[in-house]
Order: sequence, then structure tokens, then C-alpha cells
Amino acid sequence: MNELDLHKVGVRGINSQLHSLPRNTNEKHWVIHNPKGQHSIAVGLDAPLQIDIRGHVGFYCGGMNSHAELTIHGHAGVGTAENMMSGVVWVKGNSSESAGATGNGGLLVIEGDASSRCGISMKGIDIVVGGSVGHMSAFMAQRGNLIVCGDAGDALGDSIYEARLYVKGKVASLGADCIEKEMRAEHLADLERLLNAAKRKEKPSDFRRYGSARKLYNFSVDHADAY
Amino acid sequence: MCGIVGLYLKNPKLKPKLGKMFKPMIIEMTNRGPDSAGVAIYRNPVKKAQTKFSLAHDDANYDWKKIDTGLEKALKCECTVKQIGNHCILVTTGKEPAVIAWLKAHHPGVRVVGSGHTIEIFKEVGLPANVYDKFDLDEAAGTHIIGHTRMATESAVTTAGSHPFATGADLCLVHNGSLSNHNRLRENLRKEGMDFQTENDTEVAAAYMTSKLRGGATLKEALEDGLRDLDGFYTFLVGTADGFAVVRDPIACKHAVMAETDDWVAMATEYRAIAHLPGADTAKIWEPEPTIVYTWGGHA
Amino acid sequence: MDKTPRTLPRKSATFDDYTLSEIRRAASTGIYDIRGAGAKRRLPHFDDLLFLGASISRYPLEGYREKCGTDVVLGTRFAKKPIELKIPITIAGMSFGSLSAQAKEALGRGATIAGTSTTTGDGGMTPEERGQSKTLVYQYLPSRYGMNPEDLRKADAIEIVIGQGAKPGGGGMLLGQKISDRVAAMRCLPKGIDQRSACRHPDWTGPDDLEIKINELREITNWEKPIYVKIGGARPYYDVALAVKSGADVVVLDGMQGGTAATQEVFIEHVGQPTLACIRPAVRALQELNMHRKVQLIVSGGIRNGADVAKALALGVDAVAIGTAALVALGDNDPHYEAEYNELGTTAGAYDDWHEGRDPAGITTQDPELAKRLDPVKAGRRLSNYLKVMTLEAQTIARANGKSHVHNLEPEDLCALTVEAAAMAQVPLAGTDWIPGRGGY
Repeated sequence: MNELDLHKVGVRGINSQLHSLPRNTNEKHWVIHNPKGQHSIAVGLDAPLQIDIRGHVGFYCGGMNSHAELTIHGHAGVGTAENMMSGVVWVKGNSSESAGATGNGGLLVIEGDASSRCGISMKGIDIVVGGSVGHMSAFMAQRGNLIVCGDAGDALGDSIYEARLYVKGKVASLGADCIEKEMRAEHLADLERLLNAAKRKEKPSDFRRYGSARKLYNFSVDHADAY
Repeated sequence: MCGIVGLYLKNPKLKPKLGKMFKPMIIEMTNRGPDSAGVAIYRNPVKKAQTKFSLAHDDANYDWKKIDTGLEKALKCECTVKQIGNHCILVTTGKEPAVIAWLKAHHPGVRVVGSGHTIEIFKEVGLPANVYDKFDLDEAAGTHIIGHTRMATESAVTTAGSHPFATGADLCLVHNGSLSNHNRLRENLRKEGMDFQTENDTEVAAAYMTSKLRGGATLKEALEDGLRDLDGFYTFLVGTADGFAVVRDPIACKHAVMAETDDWVAMATEYRAIAHLPGADTAKIWEPEPTIVYTWGGHA
Repeated sequence: MDKTPRTLPRKSATFDDYTLSEIRRAASTGIYDIRGAGAKRRLPHFDDLLFLGASISRYPLEGYREKCGTDVVLGTRFAKKPIELKIPITIAGMSFGSLSAQAKEALGRGATIAGTSTTTGDGGMTPEERGQSKTLVYQYLPSRYGMNPEDLRKADAIEIVIGQGAKPGGGGMLLGQKISDRVAAMRCLPKGIDQRSACRHPDWTGPDDLEIKINELREITNWEKPIYVKIGGARPYYDVALAVKSGADVVVLDGMQGGTAATQEVFIEHVGQPTLACIRPAVRALQELNMHRKVQLIVSGGIRNGADVAKALALGVDAVAIGTAALVALGDNDPHYEAEYNELGTTAGAYDDWHEGRDPAGITTQDPELAKRLDPVKAGRRLSNYLKVMTLEAQTIARANGKSHVHNLEPEDLCALTVEAAAMAQVPLAGTDWIPGRGGY
């Protein structure tokens, strides 16, 4: 295990050290101390590393992550794991706005709450939130799964494409073209798989599924109000 | 666009350290606002019959004594002046409208930056570290403090355009975001008799609050009315006589975070400003939700 | 006399033929008109400016023998590896999706021969473009279609798009006809749908947060690559200052003549300022921050020939970008296809329904049969020829004004033919000392 003190080496020091490791490195496990809310910690990682960050992080932690497993032992700021390609980002506390924004793959787990625009424009990432998500979550969500064990705020899934949303609690309101959908065996199986991966105890059958009504896929004047 | 920070002390023993505790918070927000910085500190309450004014003048060698003697003579009141940098704290038994009218008539270059019983406002162009030093804030003691670092968007970088803007007795406003309908609002507020020194959108928001409060609204009501009347993106932090208030617009694109321990309550645009405070690691941390007015320590 | 004289039939200047046809179309369909290209109406532009040339006080350089430099370096502020270009003309961002793969390849080939860069668009980086383009700028847009760190590392520069001249405040638009299998896969969208695009970035809003985002991109790419910030012609004076304060290495400013693949006609013609009106405020913002030539300025929107290039440089710009002109060089709107344009209800030179994806020239289409018509090698050659001509023209003008490098052209080398152009370019009306706005009138 290797330790890095952000207070001593700065964000640039952390990132350049981690970027210098080859894909097949033996030095897989790294602990980062004193993040103190700084931004862009452990961004652009491209190797199967295991990173523990001890404290709260600022914006874009784990941005564009590939292959690495990051655990944030605290809260995370805006854009956690934005555009993640693969790997895992695990937040023990809460995450701020735009968690998992435009994520292409991988798994983002937030044990606490996730604020507004969770999963905005998601493109294949799987997001599991133990608490609640704020307004405009899954806005323009194209692909992937967003699982919310708590409640969802206003305009859930506005302009959603093909992403799948599962919410256990209340949904304050649904966004344009987002509707509740039937839960079938394959959805329950997906949910079970992802809840297990996120080490959640909730039962798949407690969730409701939401997705695109597909009425905005090609413009029709009769739906002009939705725009 | 900007950085905003606020610190309110729950533990009175920390009062002497207020300025020292706040300094790294506002400096952490330098990148967000390299153009100018300002603080409103609440300290040294004056007697009931007195009013404290924060005054500023572009000439660093301005003779503030002239105001002291001139005002005493003109209004038959008691005055003291204390110069700090190119600002001056005036304490007087003179009535506020009369004082302001006299200053306008006899010292038009003097800007009235704030007024009340405890508030003192200092703001200037330049980096927050320099502004802090200029106004001796490192050693300052007080109960609570609001700060702002500015990146000017659609108006000029001037001292007058810096935040905080005073909105009434012991009230001030700092803003992160960008309003979109402030020009029409400014015209309407001018008709009500409000004066404007800049083209700045935040000045309009501050004048709007002042107008609402003068009309009898509570601070909470004024901020809630603002949610309806002010268009654009904003997080507002309002300093009050005994605390502060926070509100975010419904779209809520401008980040804000709050933290609380047994000793203090803090608000900032980014957590890394709060990270400098003792006990931040284990503080309760949360985000204010859009359109909800949060208040601490009392109300206006 | 048996016939009473009648007045001539007179059409309305307000309700002209085009307007009447648009009202009829709107009444029939219930949807706004969507088209490609940039603003088509007449606007104050570079044609309203003239160079003064050589005189008894100013001596020209000999052609060929006395060198006139055209090289430019972009991104010197923070990047470890700034971009070095042979000519001050780059190819603007245009997406694979709006353009065929062959067209993107042709742009890469032509730009590389000429020693300049191309730019990806709202759809990501294709192997064809990266393979053929020696210097490639990778756009970072609100949609983030196709965005990934591998392509980010392969890029030579990163261009964060806040807006473009045709639609400052609008997101990308690609209609179902052009969402082919390949395009759909790159963008993670279902095939054949009408792509709705976000107009704001998903994880930041405002220059104070842009600063943090720029730092993130630098951290991901180890501070090697220049970061450009692209804006439309909205509030250039403030926008350029804010881009600088956010940490940009280069600002790209696109006026309303700048083209788009597709957007609402009203957006193109009625939002955003003409290119000529944007340049001086942008340069002034850089000068006031002491950043002129330190943060480079690239201007686009209606650049057509070496005279336009030279005039833009004279007004203080570091380089220009071409989009529409590059497509025309490849073969867009060529009279060769007139019969097919007629079938589409249009004519060569007017064809702008690029969103329909039926381009006879094979450029703004995803139809494989049409796209095959464009030979990327031949078309690349045409583009490099055109860039060569623009460069030679700019050099000719610069030499005639006594300059050994095109960057030494200055506003004092120009005069204006109209009051509007004089005011916008801040150069005197020809034959007078008058610059409108200076001296109080």
C-alpha cells in the first residue's frame, strides 16, 4: 500500500503519480490523505488501481475514470465520476450535483444522497444511490441504469432516451416523455445484480421502473408543448 | 461569477479569532473571483441611539476628520471616525437620512457602503489576500462575517461594483450567479427612489431586497418574493444583524454547501473553503435545496 | 382608349417572397424551419473594409524573395505542447454525423498538406479524422457525445464549446435521417431518432466553474494540451475577458455568419452578432488584460478569401477558422449537381437543407451511396489548394502593406467604406479621419 498526502504534493502531485503507473503495475493500492475538498482528484485514471481517499473531495473526483476502483471516505462535490468509462467510484457520504454526468460505463455507488442532475446525459454508466436524488436527475439520460433507494426530486428523467430508472421511494414529478413502466423479470434481474454490486439490502420488488415514452423521438407538432 | 463564504460563530469564545478563521476561507475562493473582494463583519455594536456607517473613498489619503467635525456641526450630533485603509467607520448619533443627505451634499465622493449597529463593510478591487491585509481583518473579532470574491461578468471591475451590497440596517447581500432581467428591475426600482452606483446585477438584487424590507416584508418574505421576480441563476447569502440567510434559485446550477459544528455554522460556494475551519472533517455537511430560505442566528 | 392604365404589380419589401413562402410552410407543418449554413442576409462584413497599400511613406516587399511569414503558435499560455501551424487558417469544428466520414477524412488530408489543424464536432473523434489530420483539435461540448479520455489524450488541443455563431445558446441538432448505425453507436443514441441536445454543459455553468473544469481537463491530460474556449458572437467583450479569467489558452469567436449543420432558421438569422462587430471588442478585452498575443484569438464566421484573412489579422486576430468555405472547396453546392438540387427544390448555391442528409455532393450526408461520391484524396487536394490560395492572397496583401509577417498587419492599414463598418472595425471612413464613436460623435 502506498500513501500520498495531498496537502504536501497537491492535486498535480497526486494525479501525475497515479498517471505514471503502467496498466500492469504491482503498486495497485493507494491511500490519499487530506483531500480537503480539492478538485479533480484521481481524474483520468487508466489502470486497475484501488484508491482510498480519506476525507471530503471537491468537484470531478474520479472524472473520466477507466478501470480503477475509487472509494471516497467522505462527501463528494459536483460531477463525481463524470464521464466515467469503466471501473468503480464509491462514495461513502453524499455526492453533489451532476453525479455520474455523461458516464459511459462503470459503477457509481453513493451511499448517501445525490443532489440534482444525478446521471444527467448518462451514456451507459450504472448509478446506485442509497439515499435520494434531487431535481432533473437522469435529464437526457441515454443509456445505463439509475437506481434510487430513497426519493427522486422534480422532473425525473426529463427528455430521457433509453436509460432505465428504478426508484424505491416517492418521485416528486416526472419530466417530459418519462413515464412509469412495467417491471418484468429482466428488470428485476438487472436490479438484483446492481443492488448486490452496491451491497444494498433493498429488495428489487420494492422499486418502480421509469423510462422513455418515446413520443419525442421524432418531432410532432402535437407534442410541441413538451419542448 | 464569484465565490461566496460566510462564517457564524456559535461558540462565543471564538469571537476574537473570527478574522483569523475566515481568512483562509476567502483566500481559497481567489480563483473564482480574482477581480475584487469584500467582507461584511459584524462586531463592536454601537449604542441604541447611535448608528455605524461604513464609508469609502477612492482617495486613500482622504481627510475623514472633515466629516467628523462637519457632521457634528451640521446636525448637532456626536461623531467618531476611524480610518481603515481607504474606508472609514463613522459612529454618530445623527439620524441616518440626515447623515446621508449631508454626505451627498458636502462630500459627494464619499460612498456609503453600509450602515446599522454592528455591520462593517469593506470592499476593494484586487485579490482577497490583499484586500484582507488592507483592512486589518486578520486580527478582527466579531460574531459573524460574510465574504465575497468577484469575477465580473457583464459590468466593470470597480470598487463600487464589488460585493457585499448593503440592503438595509445591518443587512448585506453577496451573490454568485448571473441575473437576466436586472435592467428592467433597475428602472422600476429607480422610480421608487432607489439610487444605483453601478450597472451590476447584484446591486439590483440588493436594492430589490431593500425595497421589499422597507415595504414591511420580513427577510424570508423578501427572499421568497425574489425567487419569483428575479430571473437568472443565483445563490444569495444575506448577512443579518444576528446571523445569515441562504437561498438558491429553482434551477440551482450555482453550487452551495453548508456545514455546522457545535462551534460554528459556515456557508461557501465550495467545500474546500470550509475545509480550513477547525472541526470541518467531522462537521455536518449538506447542500441547501433550491427555493428554500435557510436562516441562522435570528432574523432581520 | 380601351384599356385603363394599371400600376405595376409591386411586391412588399416586408412581406417578400421568401417570407411569404415561410409563412405558408409554417402553416402547413406546425414546426419551425430547420436548415444548415450560417446567416444568409446581407451584413456589414470584411468587404466593407479596404487596405491602404504601399505609398511614398510605406514600402512594399518583393513577392517570393522577401519572405512574408504566415506561421502561428496557439496555446502558449499554459500548455506544455502548444500548437504550431504553418498558416493562420484552421478548419472549424464540424461533426462526423453532420458530415460524412469521407468529408471528415478529406478535411484532415487537406489541412495536413497545408500545415494546419482540423477540429472534431458534436459527435466525437473518428479514426479517419485522427488518422489523416496531423493536428487535431477535439471539441468538448454540452452533449459529450463520444467524449472519452483515450481520444482526449490523442488530441493535440481541446476546445470547450460554450456556443457557436449560428446559435449562441443552442445545442447540437441532428435529425433522424442522419442518425445512421455508425452515428448512433458513437453517440449512444437509438438509430433514426431526432437528436435533442442540451444547450448547457451538464456539470458546470459560469466562468468561475469553467475554471475548475479547465483544470480537470488539464489534469487528465497532464497539462500538455492547449485548451481553447469557443463562443458565439454574443457579448464578445465580456466573454473574452471571462474566458481569459477562467484559464483559456485560446479563444475561438464565431460570428453569426458561421455555419451549423442544422438549427432553427430564426436562431441563425436573429441571434448573435456579425463577425465584424465582434472582433474589436474581443481584441480590446485581451489588450486591457494585457493578454493580446498571449491568449490567442481565432475568429470564424464568413471567412472566404485571403482578403478576409488579412483583414481579420489586421484587426488583431491571431488566426481564422473556416467551415462553410472548406465545405465549398470540397464540392458542396457545386453547379455540377444542379439537376439533383432542382429535384430537392433548390439550386446550387442555395442548398442548405443539410439536416435532411440528401446532399448530392456526398458531404453533409450519411447515405453511403451519396457519400461514396466524395473522393477524400481528391477533395483533400482541393481543400489544400484553396488554403494555399488564401495564404498567398493574404501574403500578397501583407507585402503590399510593407509587412514581413502577416501578424504585423494592423488596424491603421485599413479604411472603411461604410459608417457601420468604420464603427464596428474602429477604422476611419475612407477619405476622412472619422472613426464613429471616437471623440464623442
